[in-house]
Amino acid sequence: MGTAKQRALPRSQIWSWVAMGGPLALLLVLFLVYPVGQLLLLSIHNDSGFTLAQYRQLFASSVYVDVLLITLKISLVTTLVCVVTGYPIAYLISVVGKERKATLLFWVLLSFWTSFLVRAFAWIVLLGRNGVINKLLLSLGIISSPASLLYNFGSVLVGMVNALLPLAVLTMLSVMENIDRNLPRAAATLGARSGMAFWKIYFPLSLPGVAAAGIMVFVTAIGFFIVPALLGGRRETMITQLIIDQIQQTMNWGFAGAISVLLLFVVLIVFAAYDRLLGLSTMTGVATAPKSKPSRLSEPIAKVGDVLLTLLGTISDAIISLLPSRRRGRNPDQPGFGLQAFAWTMLLIISLPTILMIPLSFGKGGLNWPPQGFTLHWYETVLASPVWTQALLRSLMVGVGTGLLAMLIGTPAAFLLVRSNIPGKGAWLAFILSPIVVPRMIIAVGLFYVFANIGLVGSAFGLILGHTVVAVPYVVMTMMAVLRNYDTRLDHAASSLGARPFATLRHVTFPILGAGMMSSFLFAFATSFDELTIALFATGGLNATLPKQFWDEVTLQVSPVIAAVSTCLFIFMGLLIFTAERLRRRAAAR
Amino acid sequence: MVSSSLRILELSKRYGDFVALAPTSLDVAKGEFLTLLGPSGSGKTTLLSLIAGLAHPDEGQILVDDADVTHSPAYDRDIGVVFQNYALFPHMTVEDNIAFPLKMRKVSDAEARRRTMEALETVRLPHVAKRFPRELSGGQQQRIALARCIVYRPAIILMDEPLGALDKKLRDQMQLEIKRIHRELRATIIYVTHDQEEAMTMSDRICLMNAGAIEQLGTPEDLYFRPRSMFVADFLGESNLLSATVRDVDAEGLDIVLADQAAPSRAVGNGSSFAAGEPIKIMVRPQNLHVVTAAADSGGLTGRLVDVMISGSLTRLYIAPETSGMPQLVAAYPTRSGSPPHEIGQLVSLGWNPADAVAIRDGGGH
Repeated sequence: MGTAKQRALPRSQIWSWVAMGGPLALLLVLFLVYPVGQLLLLSIHNDSGFTLAQYRQLFASSVYVDVLLITLKISLVTTLVCVVTGYPIAYLISVVGKERKATLLFWVLLSFWTSFLVRAFAWIVLLGRNGVINKLLLSLGIISSPASLLYNFGSVLVGMVNALLPLAVLTMLSVMENIDRNLPRAAATLGARSGMAFWKIYFPLSLPGVAAAGIMVFVTAIGFFIVPALLGGRRETMITQLIIDQIQQTMNWGFAGAISVLLLFVVLIVFAAYDRLLGLSTMTGVATAPKSKPSRLSEPIAKVGDVLLTLLGTISDAIISLLPSRRRGRNPDQPGFGLQAFAWTMLLIISLPTILMIPLSFGKGGLNWPPQGFTLHWYETVLASPVWTQALLRSLMVGVGTGLLAMLIGTPAAFLLVRSNIPGKGAWLAFILSPIVVPRMIIAVGLFYVFANIGLVGSAFGLILGHTVVAVPYVVMTMMAVLRNYDTRLDHAASSLGARPFATLRHVTFPILGAGMMSSFLFAFATSFDELTIALFATGGLNATLPKQFWDEVTLQVSPVIAAVSTCLFIFMGLLIFTAERLRRRAAAR
Repeated sequence: MVSSSLRILELSKRYGDFVALAPTSLDVAKGEFLTLLGPSGSGKTTLLSLIAGLAHPDEGQILVDDADVTHSPAYDRDIGVVFQNYALFPHMTVEDNIAFPLKMRKVSDAEARRRTMEALETVRLPHVAKRFPRELSGGQQQRIALARCIVYRPAIILMDEPLGALDKKLRDQMQLEIKRIHRELRATIIYVTHDQEEAMTMSDRICLMNAGAIEQLGTPEDLYFRPRSMFVADFLGESNLLSATVRDVDAEGLDIVLADQAAPSRAVGNGSSFAAGEPIKIMVRPQNLHVVTAAADSGGLTGRLVDVMISGSLTRLYIAPETSGMPQLVAAYPTRSGSPPHEIGQLVSLGWNPADAVAIRDGGGH
C-alpha cells in the first residue's frame, strides 16, 4: 500500500478533504490552539517584553509546589482506588448476561452522566453534621456527638472516587469486552485452575484497559476543582483552584498562565511516560504490533511480572480449594457471589448520595436527615426564580447548539478519518482528541482571554464554540466507531443498483447511521449541559448556565433549593440515558 | 431480459507494489455463464470489482456491448452485483430492498410494485415481502439479494461468492436455482467462486485465475481433462502427477517414458507443444487409475496400498509406489457394498488407459 500514497493526489480529492476536515481543524486552531498558546505566551511576556518573573514567583516559596504535590497525591490515590475497585465491576459487567448487563451499565452510566456538582453536593449533605452518616453512627451508638467528616482528605477522596469511578469502569470495560471468553476456558482445558486461568490469561489481556483507565482518571483528577473546592479544606487545595483564584480575584493573567504551564507540563509528562511504557495507541483500542525493540529492562520486568502472576494464581487457587466444594463446583462462567456483592455495593455507594437527595428535596426540615414532612416549597422556589429558569433555558439552548455544531463538523471529520486515505491519520486523530487531554481549566482560561478581546464573553455563541471544542472529540470518536462497524458494501450495493452518491447517503448511509448520530448528538449535548469550567469564565457573571448557577449557589450556601435542582437534574439525566440506550439498542437490533 | 456481451482489454490494477490484476483480456458472450475461479488473492474479486465499477483500473478498457464503460461510475453501468454477504439494506423491508433499484431509476410506484412481486415470485419467496432482512434465513436472504439484482434487468449480472455463507445442502439447492434463473432470463452472468466443484457444475466456461492473471480459460471439460499447467491440474479435482520424459511427438500424442521405468508408454497432449527429450508431468485422474492385485513380477508400476477411504459415492485407495521418489498416488472407484477388494499393505499393480494420461509441461505456470 506504500507507493499508492506517493502518487500525486488529484485536486478534487484534496478539496474534499478540506471540505470535510477543514471546519473542525479551523475550530480547534481558533478556539483551542490559539487561546492556549496566548495563555502560555502571557506567562513569559509582560509590558516590557520577555520575562520569567511569573515562574520565579511560582517557585519562590513552597506554597505553589506544595499545592502541586497535594494535587499529585490526591490524583494518585484517587486513580489507585478507582482502578482497583473499578476492575471487579467492569469484569462483572463484561461476563454477565445481556439483561443484567444492561441494568449494571445503566447505573454506571447514570452515575457517569450525573453532574460532578450534583454528586459533590450530595456528599456535602451526606457527610454533614446532621447528615445521614452522622445520624446513623449516632443512632448505633458508635459516636456520641456528630463527627466532622467534611473538609478533609477523606471527604475529598470519597468525592473524587465517586466522580471518577464510572470513567474507570467504562474505560476498562471497553477493553474487557474484546477479550475472547474462550481463552480462560481454553486455559481450563489445558489444566489451569480458575485462579491461575484468571491471573495468567485474563488479567494480562485486560492490562491495557487498566492502564488506559489509570491515565484517564489521573489526567481528569489532576484538573479537578469542583470536588476539592466543595468537599476539601484549605489543605486540600488543588492546582486548578489556584488558576481560578488568579483570574477571578486578581486578573493576573501572567501568573495564571505560569500555573497552567506547570499543569500542562505535568500532564504531558504523564502521557509521555504512558506512551513509553504502553504506547498511546492502546488508548484508542487499536491494537498495533509490539514495538520492534523492547528495552533491555523489559525482559527482566516481564519475568518478574510472570512470576508474580503465577504466584497470585497459585494463591487464589489455594484459597478457592479451601472453600466448600459446593461453591467450587459451580459453573466457572457464573460470577461469584462475593464479586457480585462487591460490585453492587460500590454501585450503591456511588449512586446512593444522589438518590438520598430526592426525599430531602421534598422535606420541610432543610437538609437534615431524616427528612420531615412533605413540601413542594423548594421546587416552587426554583420555578419562581427567574435566575434558575433562565439558566435552564440558556443551558438547553447552548446544549442543543453545541450538539448540532459538534455533529455538523465532527461527522464529516469522522468520515474522513475512517474512509479516506488521508496521510497522517494518527496525527490528525491525536489533534482532534487533544481537547480531552489538555486540562479543561487551561482551555477555559485561554478562551476567556480571547473572548474578552473579541467581545464574546457572556454570549451564548461564544459558549457554544467553547463547548463544541470539548464535545467534538466525543462525537468524532463515537462516529468513528459507528463508521467502522458500518458495512461499506451496502454503499457499493446501492451504487451498483443505480443510486448516485447523494442518493446513497440519503437512502442508505444516513438512515443506518442515524442512531449513532443521535447518540453522539446526545453525548455532545450532555457534555455541554454539564460543563462548568468554561462556563465559569465565559459567561462573565451574567447569563449563567445551569451548572454555573448551581456553582454560584452552592459555594454561597448549602440549601434545600439545590437539593431540588439536583433531583431535577438527576431525573433529567436518567431519562436522557434511558432514551439514548433505547436508541442504541434499536440500532444494534438491526 | 436483454443481456449483453462483455469485453475486457488489457485491464490491470495494482495496490502499491502488489499486482492485484496483471493486464488481462477476456470476452464474455451474450447469455453466457462464466465463472472466475481461483484461490483467495488470485485477482478474481478485483476483476469483478473493476467490471462493476466499484474499483478503478490503472489501465485497460471495459466494453459492454462494445460501449466503453471503463470510466463510468457504478450507478451508470447497468451491471447488477450480488454481494458475498448479500449487502441487503438492514433498515428496509424486503420489498423496499427489491424496489430500491427501480426507485433509483424513477420507475412509477405501481410498476415498481408489480415488478418487485414478479421478482419475488421468480425466487419463490412472495410471502416475505413485508419482512426485514434480519428476519430471514441465510438462504432466503441470498434469494432476496438475487431478486434485488434481477428486478431491474441489468445487462450483466456479477455474483461474488454468493453461496459462500451457506451450508452444503442449501448451496446445492441454490446452485440449481441460479442455473434455472440463468436459463429463464437468458442473462449474462459472471460468477466468482473458489469452490471448484461449484464452478464445474454451473459454468459454460471457467476462467481459472492465479496470482492476478488468467491461468486457463475454457469449458469445464477442457480444464478438467486438458489442464495446461500443473496449477490447473492440481486446482480442479484430484490428480496424480508423475514425472516423465518425452521420447517422441506425433499427431495422436506423445511417446513417453516414466521416471525410473524402462518400458515406454503413451500420453495425450493438452494443446501445448512438446519437444523430444523434454521433462514433463503426466496427469492421471484418480478414477482413471486402475488398481489390480499384483501378479508376481508383472512388470510396470507397482505399489503398496496405504489406506482405503469411503467418502460417499466414491471409495479412494491411497497407494505408495514401489519406485522411490514417486509421490503417493490415489485411485477412486464407485463405492459398492461389501468389503473392499483390497487389503491395506497389499502389493498392487497400477495401470491406465493411454488416452487418460495427459502430458503437462513441468514446472507449472506460464
